[in-house]
Amino acid sequence: MSGPLSAGRAALQLIRRDLHLALRRPGEWLQPLGFFVIVTALFPLALDADLSRLRDMAPGVIWVGALLSSLLALELLFREDGQDGSLEQLAVSGLSLAWLLLAKTCVHWLLTGLPLVLVAPMLATALGAPAAALPGVLAALLLGSIALSLIGAIGAALTLGLRRGGTLLALIVLPLAVPVLVFGAQATARAIALEPLAGPLYLLGALAVLAATLAPLAAAGAVRISLE
Amino acid sequence: MAWTWFHRCGSPPHFYRIAGKLVPWFGTLAALLCIGGLIGGLVLAPSDYLQGEGYRIIYVHVPAATLSMMAYAVMALAAATGLIWRMNVAYAVAASCAPIGASFTIIALVTGSLWGRPMWGTYWVWDPRLVTELLLLFLYLGYMGLRSAIEESGRADRASAILAIVGVVNLPIIHYSVDWWNSLHQGHTLLKLGAPSMPPSMYVPLIAMIFGFMLYFAAVLLVRARGEVLRRERTARWLLEVIGEG
Repeated sequence: MSGPLSAGRAALQLIRRDLHLALRRPGEWLQPLGFFVIVTALFPLALDADLSRLRDMAPGVIWVGALLSSLLALELLFREDGQDGSLEQLAVSGLSLAWLLLAKTCVHWLLTGLPLVLVAPMLATALGAPAAALPGVLAALLLGSIALSLIGAIGAALTLGLRRGGTLLALIVLPLAVPVLVFGAQATARAIALEPLAGPLYLLGALAVLAATLAPLAAAGAVRISLE
Repeated sequence: MAWTWFHRCGSPPHFYRIAGKLVPWFGTLAALLCIGGLIGGLVLAPSDYLQGEGYRIIYVHVPAATLSMMAYAVMALAAATGLIWRMNVAYAVAASCAPIGASFTIIALVTGSLWGRPMWGTYWVWDPRLVTELLLLFLYLGYMGLRSAIEESGRADRASAILAIVGVVNLPIIHYSVDWWNSLHQGHTLLKLGAPSMPPSMYVPLIAMIFGFMLYFAAVLLVRARGEVLRRERTARWLLEVIGEG
């Protein structure tokens, strides 16, 4: 039987398995986090360390850093499972592949998206954001990183197993990620300016929900095509 | 049955023949409309009281921008048709759309920036519609990049079809998200309720140019799609018969 219940249970098993595997190799999924921190630290060095100027740049710096770092992390999403054949097993299991890929993307977000969210308040403070802005910065990146992981999953599935897939992945994913970047940076800018930021946050939430609904379906289709 | 024409178009020999017959018609009509539109727009239309003669670049810019969007829609529609009905000809059409659409996008960007220099005082501004057009170019480039990166033709067709559909879902979102900023670009003058804010001597040539560009797009698309069909069907027997005939 392959009802929605058994697919849901399989998805939970998959989450446990992926978490176990990832925790054995913390170095791999901590690298995007290191990248995010370094990129953010480079901006004050390249511009100048004047806090009022950095404060104006902070939303852009944080969001472009988060976007690039999530792009870098996408290679970890399907590559290993595609190489050792476990992805193929998922595809022929008779369970809904979209559910299983949603589970994999959840784990991927927990390991590479959530750390960015958690470290962002620290970076925002270093860039001159006031303490009252930090919840807003956190909320914007929380919603935005979920959407980024889901959109990225489509790109990762499409470029699965391609040689020189990295630059192509960037070319495919970055235009699709523009709305997240725009609303995310907008929300962060309002948070730092201590203005109401519900509007862009709602839009970010809507993007995350839309991506959660449609992206796994597109990714499942793409994975099936890639495995043929 | 009402649908037989649709299924017949899915057959490569039939498509090849029909497309070959349509190309000269579309091409001739496109040439007539564009020549008429250019004479009407560049010679007969009065100069603008604010922009002088410089506004005349819209007779190329607006049709190119319209077609850049339309070509993407046609590409996504053809790709979806291919994905749903497993129609090889539809994939050939989708694959042929991308380079043409990308060229229209580049023409729209270049003519827009040439117009922007005297009118806005700068070649490029970070205006929502310019950014949308630029991102559209990247969507085209991503589509073509994905196609060329996958060696196996069937997989390239289906994977790029998914990307085209994802892109067409995203395009309005991208457009409205970049619309967030205040726009420097002027609003629509043609497609709005009520009368256009231009005299007929200005907008009639523009409409002629837009339809001329559409027919030109259709003609070039069919020529390219015929080439794609030839490449895909290079081992088929009907092809030998066709080549034997002519």
